[in-house]
Amino acid sequence: MSTTEKWISWISQFTDQIIEHKADLNQLDSAIGDGDHGSNMDRGVKAVKEKIDQGDYEELTDLFKDIGMSLVSKVGGASGPLYGSAFISMAKASKETDDPSLLLEAGLDGITKRGKADPGEKTMVDVWHPVVDSLKKGTLAQSDIDEALESTKDMKATKGRASYLGDRSIGHIDPGAQSSAYLFSTLLEAGVLDD
Amino acid sequence: MKKIINQPDHVVDEMLDGLAFAYDSIVKRIPDTTVIARHLKADKRVGLVSGGGSGHEPSHAGFVGKGMLSAAVAGQVFTSPTPDQILEGIKAADEGQGVFLIVKNYTGDVMNFDMAKELAELEDIDVDFIVVDDDIAVEDSTFTAGRRGVAGTVFMHKILGAAADSGATLEEIKALSERVNANVYSIGLALSPATNPEVGKPGFELDGDEIEFGIGIHGEPGYSRETLKPSKELAQEFVSKLKKEIDWNPEDRFALLVNGMGATPLMEQFVFTNDLKALLEGEEQLNLAFKKVGDYMTAIDMAGLSLTLLKIEEDSWIDYLNYPVDVIGW
Repeated sequence: MSTTEKWISWISQFTDQIIEHKADLNQLDSAIGDGDHGSNMDRGVKAVKEKIDQGDYEELTDLFKDIGMSLVSKVGGASGPLYGSAFISMAKASKETDDPSLLLEAGLDGITKRGKADPGEKTMVDVWHPVVDSLKKGTLAQSDIDEALESTKDMKATKGRASYLGDRSIGHIDPGAQSSAYLFSTLLEAGVLDD
Repeated sequence: MKKIINQPDHVVDEMLDGLAFAYDSIVKRIPDTTVIARHLKADKRVGLVSGGGSGHEPSHAGFVGKGMLSAAVAGQVFTSPTPDQILEGIKAADEGQGVFLIVKNYTGDVMNFDMAKELAELEDIDVDFIVVDDDIAVEDSTFTAGRRGVAGTVFMHKILGAAADSGATLEEIKALSERVNANVYSIGLALSPATNPEVGKPGFELDGDEIEFGIGIHGEPGYSRETLKPSKELAQEFVSKLKKEIDWNPEDRFALLVNGMGATPLMEQFVFTNDLKALLEGEEQLNLAFKKVGDYMTAIDMAGLSLTLLKIEEDSWIDYLNYPVDVIGW
């Protein structure tokens, strides 16, 4: 399989995960947000699928750009600009490299520039940050993703809509962290990191 | 869920078509977008664009027309519109004098409008914006996304709309918006939650006799849950919260907005307004120079209401509030 095909396979598996877990993501979001993270992401990944099914991608840059723009224009809310910025940053970085750890680090930069969240604020960054660290060390395993996801449970939200709950946000997994965990589990499964 | 809808994910699209059909003398839907724009164009005024998630009707499309907004951009229910749609709204509003965006302080709205601003600037349209944050229920704004933008946004639409129609420049509108935002305060309560049609069940739960003070317009939590009390006591709670925040003096001038959340009848809104009269004009001796009661910034079918007070710092604000408009919802 060529590099582009692996990444396409990743996005396609991520799409399936989101569609399968739409109701679960809505449920997590109902606890600390407004209950539509699954519906919004579902709309986004379906738009991504429609877009990339039509394309013939030789360059990662074109692939990531199409994914990012589809997410930005379909998801809405905060997740649209955040996931969209991640892929648009990855598109820019892919002009220089095809190393997954560097690409995803660029994705994380895109998210933090747009959302201005630091680790520990109970957001998707709390999964992205440790995952990118492990990726750079070359040690990313499913257990790292699970651990990062689980860590959001005991955090108090200080960014996004969940922040209005204050202490009441403690005890719930962050929905954006959960969708990000699907993103990285499928990254492992799709073999993007395999040589 | 019991709602007069077809497919839940078609609600926004069908609502916009219905609205544009019913009020075709005032507005039109820009084809293949979620933008509602006024017909009036090319009178060389600054364009005003607002928008946000759907479910707040008549906000925001209900305020599009002569003397108020140039265009409104609708997102999915309770979800910010996307940058490409906001850009279409900006283009529809542009009369060559720049476009001003009115954004409510929610994380998603701020990010999407900001991205749209960047896109518009690439097309050589001058864009500036205000992020309205009038909800005083959020006390600890350092540890949250900050105070939310709620019903006070409607006063912002009205005042800036009149200023733009009177020929104010983009810079003047930006400065005016900052002064208005610094003087507008809101607080709400809910008796029962809203059901987002795409989710299918209520966004939170309240016991039969329980109410929530400080609720947000998507059902974000407030500052306390208590047993339902008579209207007078609810009004007292709002007034004491606002008084602590505003630190007013007798004879100070205010504009008042009592806003229904969607499922609270006008009957109850007027009862509540009558209690506010006794407290604000009677006990506090405030000068209520402008008053509005009704559904302006709703939360689908949430039962409850909010109170907005705008401290009048300039005489022109009263003129702007009384300025004649041709819109659906004012």
